[in-house]
Amino acid sequence: MKKIWIILIALVVVAAAVVFFVVRARIEEKVVNIFNWEDYINEDVLGMFEEETGIKVNMMNFTTNEDMLVKVRNSPQSFDVVFPSDYAIERMISEDLLAEINFENVPNLQYIDENLLNPGYDPGNLYSVPYMWGTVGILYNTTMITEPVTSWGAIFDPQYQDSVLMLDSPRDSIGLALKYLGYSMNTRDPLELNDAKDLLIKQKKDGIVKAYQVDEIKDKMAAGEAAMAVIWSGDAQYAIELNGDLHYVVPEEGSNIWVDGMVITKAAKNKENAEAFVNFLCRPDIAQMNCEEIWYSSPNTEAVAMMGEDYTGNPTLNPPAEIVANCEVLLDIQDFIEVYNTVWLEIKSATAN
Amino acid sequence: MTGDNVSVLMIGGIALILFGFAALVFISVRRSHGFKRSFFASPYTLWMVLFTVVPVLLITYYAFTDSTGALTLDNFKNFWDSNYSVNQLYRQMGPEYEVLITRGYVNIGILVYSLWMALLCTAICLFFGYPAAYFMADRKMKFGAIIVVLFVIPMWMNFLLRTIAWMSILEDSGLINTVFHLLGLPKVQLMYNNTAVLLGMVYNFLPFMVFPIYTALTKMDYRLLEAAQDLGANPTRTFWTVTAPLSLPGVVSGITMVFMPSVTTFFIPRILGGGNTMMFGDLIENRFLFQGNWNLGSALSLVMMALILLSLGILRRVDPESEGSGIV
Amino acid sequence: MSRIIKRTYLAFILFFLYVPIVVLIFYSFNAGKSRAKWEGFSLHWYADLFQDAAILKALYVTLSVAVIAAIAATVLGTLAAIGIHAMRKRPQGFMMTMTTLPLTMPDIVTGISLMILFTFARIERGYFTMLLAHITFNTPFVILSVMPKLKQMNKHTYEAALDLGATPSYALVHVILPEIVPGIITGCLLAFTLSLDDFVISYFTTSPMVQNLSTLIYSKARIGIEPTLNALSALMFLSLLILLLMINRRAARAEKR
Repeated sequence: MKKIWIILIALVVVAAAVVFFVVRARIEEKVVNIFNWEDYINEDVLGMFEEETGIKVNMMNFTTNEDMLVKVRNSPQSFDVVFPSDYAIERMISEDLLAEINFENVPNLQYIDENLLNPGYDPGNLYSVPYMWGTVGILYNTTMITEPVTSWGAIFDPQYQDSVLMLDSPRDSIGLALKYLGYSMNTRDPLELNDAKDLLIKQKKDGIVKAYQVDEIKDKMAAGEAAMAVIWSGDAQYAIELNGDLHYVVPEEGSNIWVDGMVITKAAKNKENAEAFVNFLCRPDIAQMNCEEIWYSSPNTEAVAMMGEDYTGNPTLNPPAEIVANCEVLLDIQDFIEVYNTVWLEIKSATAN
Repeated sequence: MTGDNVSVLMIGGIALILFGFAALVFISVRRSHGFKRSFFASPYTLWMVLFTVVPVLLITYYAFTDSTGALTLDNFKNFWDSNYSVNQLYRQMGPEYEVLITRGYVNIGILVYSLWMALLCTAICLFFGYPAAYFMADRKMKFGAIIVVLFVIPMWMNFLLRTIAWMSILEDSGLINTVFHLLGLPKVQLMYNNTAVLLGMVYNFLPFMVFPIYTALTKMDYRLLEAAQDLGANPTRTFWTVTAPLSLPGVVSGITMVFMPSVTTFFIPRILGGGNTMMFGDLIENRFLFQGNWNLGSALSLVMMALILLSLGILRRVDPESEGSGIV
Repeated sequence: MSRIIKRTYLAFILFFLYVPIVVLIFYSFNAGKSRAKWEGFSLHWYADLFQDAAILKALYVTLSVAVIAAIAATVLGTLAAIGIHAMRKRPQGFMMTMTTLPLTMPDIVTGISLMILFTFARIERGYFTMLLAHITFNTPFVILSVMPKLKQMNKHTYEAALDLGATPSYALVHVILPEIVPGIITGCLLAFTLSLDDFVISYFTTSPMVQNLSTLIYSKARIGIEPTLNALSALMFLSLLILLLMINRRAARAEKR
């Protein structure tokens, strides 16, 4: 019966060895670890990158900037390339989480729109390369909402019972309420914030809100599950492609215009692979592939030129200058985020009726 | 040193410890006398200390410190009054903001809501589960054993998938509304409300109520029932004086097994409730993963644990023999 | 009459339990992606399933974690049960309390406490940490399934074996082990299924890079269910059914003999 012990020991050793080799295999490969938004890249691009460079891409996804920040803070070494939005980049720079990019390895930067380089969130353009940009607006189903929507007022109008999908993201949703009230989306005045809170709680108590979601919204809208949604422009375009009854509008009060950049973490284990990846995504044909898959606005002038009228004639992708002028960029509000978080939880936990 | 290297070292280390221990056992077993069997529990003890005791201590540590590591009770104050921190900020900012200072009920409100939902869920499960268990345990029921198996199978399916499946039934464009539409009935809003969340919870936890009661009922001595009937008790009276008291242990462990996970449910409110309400589990997740506030999150976790132990204590009062662990 | 009521009632409850599963399987044969409309019969989601690298990888992770965790927990738990059983009353009671306590801890707290531990010890979360977590929550279940068998065992058989000249090791292997084998097998199977179905603890102890089926379903479900997941659950359901039928048949045959 000694055999049993021998078998047990052998089993333990084998189990340990299997795990050991799984991890080892992961180390020896040439890899790049990407931390990106859900559904935010053309999957074919990854295959092409792997084929051309021999670097394996590991893709991980996040839902909101806040979610991403917590994960990167907790294990920065897990991620090489991250795709945060403007204010999150600013925050990461101030927390010393990012590495300066060696732009000699990113020659394709030449295709990026100069107006988007050297932005306020990254002075001197040391840490980031723009990936996509877009707006926040209202997507509505013209078969359910007959009057044209032009204002944020529509999503606070009690006649639309159980019809609105709100973004489950504190900065976006509180931001739009602030904008509707005529305040700045970056306010640090608690009184203004309180007005926004009251407005959003009233919206919930009036029974207008159907659900608070993020990535689900585009599919729900395409399926006709709700009449209106607060949504990012690319998701809107994606839903419009699937359902012709949908219409996207940036409200007249103005909205949030944002840029998502590509950054490399300070703790990155594969910095050169990361730079190769960033460079690859800046290649015009690749930028075009991504743009045509996820339908956000591209900062790549060459790609935009290649897409021609399809792109420039689409007001969702290429909003008119007067709309852009009305929009605001989110800034890092530092510790004041705690007030936003508290306000947001209060809204989320308010009872509907 | 990178994380991967640490992992490799850890794996190597643990394999070495396990191997060393196995070798030790092997040697001591071969040496015929003078080894203690209680020694066998030592790797488990070590494991428990490392992966259960230390983590709980860490949670306690985070709950009683602030982000700089200084001792504080602020996390619990923040739990009691969710506006505690922002109120302090408003006070610092100046007198014009004092109007904003109010007591916040977010955490307490979510806690009460979770307890209420868990209570409802437990009651509904008991109401529908007891008769099911009672009928299944009936000795005259021909296919009793098969029905038991039929109750087990759904539990083996991934609970996320089963919950998501409800979505395709309840949605505006889902099964029920499609049927309604074909029948010319108006559309009904079934998703994104408390009822949908409750439905999801009952659906997931019902088998946990049925099984313990079923086990208690099958263990019951049937001669007692016959004796009661022989002595002239009618079926109703037999049920209330014999069956019900004897199935009480099953009921108690059923309640335990439904109530405990119900309180900390998360995910179901998000999928079926559309994020319109939060349960305590969602709140803890939110504090840790979206706000990165480990200190407050830990305090909430401690409150949760205390609550669970308290309710276990109460249930143990009701039925001292069940030891509160009908889990296996 | 009462029999009909009873049957109807049970059928009603079973209907409630099975409706979502039937719906899941039904839509796995839908040609279109929509959850609402029936667009014709098709098997192409099944074909897609076997080409979806993410799902296959998650399946591999789920199965390998479940197998390794079940084996490790069984070894650890069986040894622990034998050890605890041999202890004197006080330490035994203490150890049993320490074993049942984690079971009363909410999953979310277990998951979060382990996440804190791994972060605190600077161990990068991933496959390995998930495995450790699974072994941790599985082991008490193994102990609790083995313990009753040890308690049922006649204490004197072991002593009798020693008196008859058996070495403790011989007695352990030839007297104790055969008695508790059913408990060990139950514990192992229980550990395997628990590990297979776990979502909450895996969610907190793995990185987004290493996903098991549960965490993958979770992240996909938020975007909208893919019919490939329906196909996967249909296949899982089928294999489960076959497994149970086989066990039933074997049991029936054993009974006949």
